[in-house]
Amino acid sequence: MATLELRNVNKTYGTGVPDTLKDIQLAIKDGEFLILVGPSGCGKSTLMNCIAGLESISGGAILIDGDDVSGMSPKDRDIAMVFQSYALYPTMSVRDNIAFGLKIRKLPQAAIDEEVARVAKLLQIEHLLTRKPGQLSGGQQQRVAMGRALARRPKIYLFDEPLSNLDAKLRVEMRTEIKLMHQRLKTTTVYVTHDQIEAMTLGDKVAVMKDGIIQQFGTPQQIYNDPANQFVASFIGSPPMNFVPVRLREQGGRVLALLDSGQARCELALGAASQGFDGREVILGIRPEQISLGAGGGDGLSLLRAEVQITEPTGPDLLVFVTVNQTKLCCRLAPDISCQVGDTLNLQLDPARVLLFDAQTGERLHLARHAAPLQDNVAHIAGR
Amino acid sequence: MTSRLDKPAISLSRLAIHAVLLFAVLLYLVPLVVMLLTSVKTPEDIGSGNLLSWPAVVTSIGWAKAWATVSGYFWNSIMITVPAVLISTALGALNGYVLAMWRFRGSQVFFGLLLFGCFLPFQTVLLPASFTLGKLGLANTTAGLVLVHVVYGLAFTTLFFRNYYVTIPDALVKAARLDGAGFFTIFGRIILPMSTPIIMVCLIWQFTQIWNDFLFGVVFSSGDSQPITVALNNLVNTSTGAKEYNVDMAAAMIAGLPTLLVYVVAGKYFVRGLSAGAVKG
Repeated sequence: MATLELRNVNKTYGTGVPDTLKDIQLAIKDGEFLILVGPSGCGKSTLMNCIAGLESISGGAILIDGDDVSGMSPKDRDIAMVFQSYALYPTMSVRDNIAFGLKIRKLPQAAIDEEVARVAKLLQIEHLLTRKPGQLSGGQQQRVAMGRALARRPKIYLFDEPLSNLDAKLRVEMRTEIKLMHQRLKTTTVYVTHDQIEAMTLGDKVAVMKDGIIQQFGTPQQIYNDPANQFVASFIGSPPMNFVPVRLREQGGRVLALLDSGQARCELALGAASQGFDGREVILGIRPEQISLGAGGGDGLSLLRAEVQITEPTGPDLLVFVTVNQTKLCCRLAPDISCQVGDTLNLQLDPARVLLFDAQTGERLHLARHAAPLQDNVAHIAGR
Repeated sequence: MTSRLDKPAISLSRLAIHAVLLFAVLLYLVPLVVMLLTSVKTPEDIGSGNLLSWPAVVTSIGWAKAWATVSGYFWNSIMITVPAVLISTALGALNGYVLAMWRFRGSQVFFGLLLFGCFLPFQTVLLPASFTLGKLGLANTTAGLVLVHVVYGLAFTTLFFRNYYVTIPDALVKAARLDGAGFFTIFGRIILPMSTPIIMVCLIWQFTQIWNDFLFGVVFSSGDSQPITVALNNLVNTSTGAKEYNVDMAAAMIAGLPTLLVYVVAGKYFVRGLSAGAVKG
């Protein structure tokens, strides 16, 4: 049970090499579940090793419960870690694997037996205690690895991509179990993953990393609904957010984005006019589920007509791809819609959810937001 | 359609393969057969028959005489080989563990330089080694010979263990460190128990090398402390009296037996150990 704070943590492997970690700054409360997520090579595993004490930091401080532990060796930090490869000691039985850390810490045998029994019961691995890791399935090894971490009742748990070696079905099961475990034990946890679904479902807080920099730190909802830049927006969400290059125009005190599907054009009203947006080329971001099918046929005033190019029925959804501004746009529609390649759909983009990004830097752009009622927001321009 | 399984068990090509293999086996066996046959013949028998002829009388005279001559040197060899093999394997394991799992600044360069040791011919180290042994006061002693073998063997044993240990995931050491284990605890409790195949490889390799060594033995020892290879050479090259080929052959077989025994007992680990690193790496 502990708080964790990282203050301006830096990690570099020498001059001339780009820094592996740059000014990492975040703090989580006691019992919170922090997710470090990012593409491979973003420094998330390095950061985790630094927290564990397996790698030294080049600058800054790591605080556990307010105490600076940056200079401490791993064993004095009271941290337990679950590794991607599980890292079970292959020559030891499951029981000895779980008990190893306790033996090293010279606990009395009775206490060790009791602790192993408790953990085994918790993880339902009692029947496996005498086996060697090589005789276990991937999911069982995963449980034993977690058992080894649980046994010491450390201040902080670290999980380094613990589910990435499991098959898809087991991964979902274990994900739920980890969440359940955390809800029950309420131990401060840091969890590294490159899987954005794990990040969204497990975390109390999510830190999205890229190139050794935290791009955004917040709750999963903040990260999903209010991404700080195009990278975060593209990384979180599946299927990913659509990015359409658009030209903005100001008219009647509102900012309009011009969309062209080839079949028709429309101007999407995004919000009240703000300085410097007239005539600017930006990236418009919209998630597939924020695109819906306009009321059939109707007046067509608020809708963008577009020809279906690909359909991907996924089961719960029907993904439809159309082209807007020479860019593929993915729309997530209800699965019962019958639509064929070549059909023309009337699409409705939710202007309240549309995000704008700078075309060069990818940084998020904010309009002065006063979304008018939906009907007014879309001005239709005659189809070609 | 006939599948591969339906083919007759003995085909012409299979027969040819077996014939060639059998021929090769016989060819390889000839020296051993000649030695064995000669060692149990009487000197007269050797003079009258040819190399492969069956002995007229099977006698153990040759073996008895050979053992009487070389037994002292046989024990010398054991006194040299056993400690040298054990020490060089133990140090190699520790070196390999450090070089694979506790990388330090310059450890790659260190390992590279160490590799040179594997390519050094025996002859190049004779003078420096004898100089060093003299300074240490170990010249012409068994301990001195052990030291030379340990130092010369370290390059090989380190290479073996290092290459085996790099295939063990780093996470294992990390996990043990988080569990609170230190350098030697990790080595003793986790790494060594996983090392049986490579320990076997190393033991076989070092035993063969050191037992069969002649040059170091002849240079760094004298008189009663000489190893069996040197004694065998002295016996065979002796110029006084009649040549006793049965004694020579028996002595040669005595000299070769321990290595053979090691291969028979631990041989299965040799192939397994060498390929274990190769496949996983």
